[in-house]
Amino acid sequence: MSRRRSGWVWGIAGAVYLFLHLPVLVLVAFSFNASKYSVEWTGFTLEWYRRLLERTDLLRGLQASLIVGTVSTLVATVFGTLLALALARRRFPGRRALEGLLYFPLVTPEVVVGISLLVLFVLLGIPLGLGTVTIAHIAFNIAFVTVVIRARLTGMDRSLEEAALLLGADEFTTFRTVTIPQLWPGIVAGALLAFTMSLDDYVITSLVSGTGSSTLPVVVYSMVRRNVEPTVNAISTVILVLTSVLIWVAQRLTRERPLRPTPG
Amino acid sequence: MAIAQFIRVSKRFAAATAPAVDAVSFDLELGEFFSLLGPSGCGKTTTLRLLAGLETADGGEIWLGGERAESKRPYQRRLGMVFQNYALFPHLNVERNVAFGLQRHRVPRAEIPGRVERALEMVQLNPAEFSRRVPSELSGGQRQRVALARALVLEPDILLLDEPLGAIDLKLRKAMQLELKQLNRSLGITFVYVTHDQDEALTMSDRIAVMDRGRIVQLGSPAEIYENPRTAFVATFIGESNLLTGRVVARSGELWEVAAPDGSRMLVSGAAGIIEGSSIQLAIRPEWMDLFSPHGIPSGENAIQGTVDEVIYLGEMLRVLVALPGGARLAVAVRNEGQLTRPLQWRRGDAVAVGWRPEDCQLLEES
Amino acid sequence: MSRLRQRVLSWFARRPALAAVSLVTPGALWLGLFFVLPMLLMLGASVMPRGIYGGVEPGFTLEHYRRFLDPLYLQVLGRTVGWSILATVACLLLGYPVAWVIARSRHRNLLLFLVVLPFWTSFLVRTFALIFLLRDTGLINTILLRFGLIQEPLALLYTPFAVLLGLVYGFLPFMVLPIYASLEKLDQSLDEAAEVLGARPAARFFKVTLPLSFPGVVAGCLLVFVPALGSFITSDLLGGAKQVMIGNLVQNQFTVARNWPFGSAASFILMAIVMLGVTLSIRSRAR
Repeated sequence: MSRRRSGWVWGIAGAVYLFLHLPVLVLVAFSFNASKYSVEWTGFTLEWYRRLLERTDLLRGLQASLIVGTVSTLVATVFGTLLALALARRRFPGRRALEGLLYFPLVTPEVVVGISLLVLFVLLGIPLGLGTVTIAHIAFNIAFVTVVIRARLTGMDRSLEEAALLLGADEFTTFRTVTIPQLWPGIVAGALLAFTMSLDDYVITSLVSGTGSSTLPVVVYSMVRRNVEPTVNAISTVILVLTSVLIWVAQRLTRERPLRPTPG
Repeated sequence: MAIAQFIRVSKRFAAATAPAVDAVSFDLELGEFFSLLGPSGCGKTTTLRLLAGLETADGGEIWLGGERAESKRPYQRRLGMVFQNYALFPHLNVERNVAFGLQRHRVPRAEIPGRVERALEMVQLNPAEFSRRVPSELSGGQRQRVALARALVLEPDILLLDEPLGAIDLKLRKAMQLELKQLNRSLGITFVYVTHDQDEALTMSDRIAVMDRGRIVQLGSPAEIYENPRTAFVATFIGESNLLTGRVVARSGELWEVAAPDGSRMLVSGAAGIIEGSSIQLAIRPEWMDLFSPHGIPSGENAIQGTVDEVIYLGEMLRVLVALPGGARLAVAVRNEGQLTRPLQWRRGDAVAVGWRPEDCQLLEES
Repeated sequence: MSRLRQRVLSWFARRPALAAVSLVTPGALWLGLFFVLPMLLMLGASVMPRGIYGGVEPGFTLEHYRRFLDPLYLQVLGRTVGWSILATVACLLLGYPVAWVIARSRHRNLLLFLVVLPFWTSFLVRTFALIFLLRDTGLINTILLRFGLIQEPLALLYTPFAVLLGLVYGFLPFMVLPIYASLEKLDQSLDEAAEVLGARPAARFFKVTLPLSFPGVVAGCLLVFVPALGSFITSDLLGGAKQVMIGNLVQNQFTVARNWPFGSAASFILMAIVMLGVTLSIRSRAR
């Protein structure tokens, strides 16, 4: 097949790549622009980043996001790993129903998830705040983590665990020394997905966090709505850097082979 | 003294119509090389896994070391196992793979490196060269040796092997078969070996259990299995056999007189208790048949007349296919004396007599 | 190994189904409590009359669902479904070439990474990037004014165009990945065989490649259509007050408008459309 004839396909593809990345690159570039209101480039500055440090609402939001993110990721990853293992390997009553149930959080619009939780919390008299936000995040993250790990499990070899059983490791020990190390890349991938989803969530969080101070996306959202100064560009860039670091850490975690000898 | 026993053990898998293992019984002696041989799906691997504790039996009794084994989890049985795909832990190097079991059994830290080293040497792997390597850096044969070392370092009573040489190429396989046999003798550990390769089973085993569709069809030494097959299945699964049908006429001393389809009489060895007039099946191995000219049959031998259909050159042997009146064909294996210097005297289309001695044919049971 | 541990393990080993159920319980319980139960509560709320403060009163009524037949709300419904379909088609036309190129490239890992990267980038940040470009004082208008191509800023933001652009921008990677996955599995020799039989590139594409990549196309369309239907941020930030989609309507009922039952009903209508889309795609795969 000649390159010349299908050149226009490559052209479209190239344009799409530009389309996908240019806006964000522009955003980052202009976070260093000295001009406050216009897009004219008047000089390089770090002023907007300095101003971020003065915004206590942003700093508190970041802190809240990190706490909610970490807690919800840890809990969701544990629950999700157990779910994935049971679904992939065991037969039990209600298995089909549970599998179906898992796909609901993935297709349900965030708005609907958020308001249904709001209804629940109000009905049960649970005060809205970071606690309810965390509960919500765990709920949708369980589904993501389970699906990711489940996909990894379908290819996995069970004979490793059987070998461990015959070498004297009971079920708990086998889980710890053989199953988890084998599953590790999947667990990290699932956790990374959960953390990213949690960090970026606006809709559900805004609905269940009540009127008090909230997570970073909620604070940034109101900043964005008001179309203010390049400080928004600056915080956007910070968020981008944060996510990139996260992905890099996840990569490192899965590349190393845990060669620690498992102590007897 | 039996160190393990299966007494009418059965196992059926959830959705299956037929049981995977059907009332299987056998004993295991200390130090013997015991093979479970059969085609795929015959239940040999399931039997091994029942012994290991990786499956639970639905019926019957399993005894290990004089105790009932059903309540014992795999890690409570003193067994070692080598898997078909080796099952080496990919995240651990060779040394840590082999040490894994020792750590689980709380062997003192100081002892471990020495035992690992000796285990590796026992399977012909140089510890200095291999200890630090990871499974992905090893060849199939090397991985198999590590798997062996890992199981043997724990000094189990019984070593289970599930088609361990299946993925290894032919020449290496032959060498490893001998090594395994030697290990079995030098260590004095009972080996239970699962395979579908009958040559392998004949080469290595002290006893073979031939399995088909969940049952043990015959259990005996390689010689018993090969030379006295009890059913048509065993006669044709192990090596090759010619099968003939006939009708029992009368007992004749130690032998039976049987009428062949073409009316001629044959003398067949077999135990007393066969009903006169009943129809039976015979098995005769090609190498125990000989070719003679139509009227040159030695006395005391059975014979059937036929025509040479094909002469196939196999190097060491010649395989002569003889067509019988009525359509059947017999395969006769004749040693090749050198076709260029002393060629076979029969050619396609020649009339021949196929002869064999009464004690060389087997009366088969209903299968 | 302690006696207790041994006893527990043996007990569970004899009851594999029970062991599995206990593994599953924490996660299943959480989902049941914080996903299924809220949905049921909302379903109940959608058929109860509105209370004084916007909550519910005891009773049964279908008025909230009937209210949707009002042209005002039908318009919102139509707009939501219409834009979602448009966005899906646009993503398909733009995304298929990308998937095709990646499947034939030697640098596919890099190209895939570049497509997946936006997915990991905050949706909020990406939406703001579009605002930065489209607003009256944004980059596009500034450049056009600078070069004298226009006299006054174009109203790019707060238009249907902006919302559509946002939807396509947001969900394009979801279209590319499944199509790439099914193209990658395709046997190149089929295309070559067609070529030898005399088919020209266009014919080969429509008769061989496209039909065989159909499952990927369906998956990609689903992965764009469903989130698009439930959009909130895109229409809120890029569309302003006029371009209301169902997601915005629902959120509105629970915050400003204070009509929880109506909001619940609207949610279920949205869910119904989502389920319709999912069912259609499953059916098409079963064909």
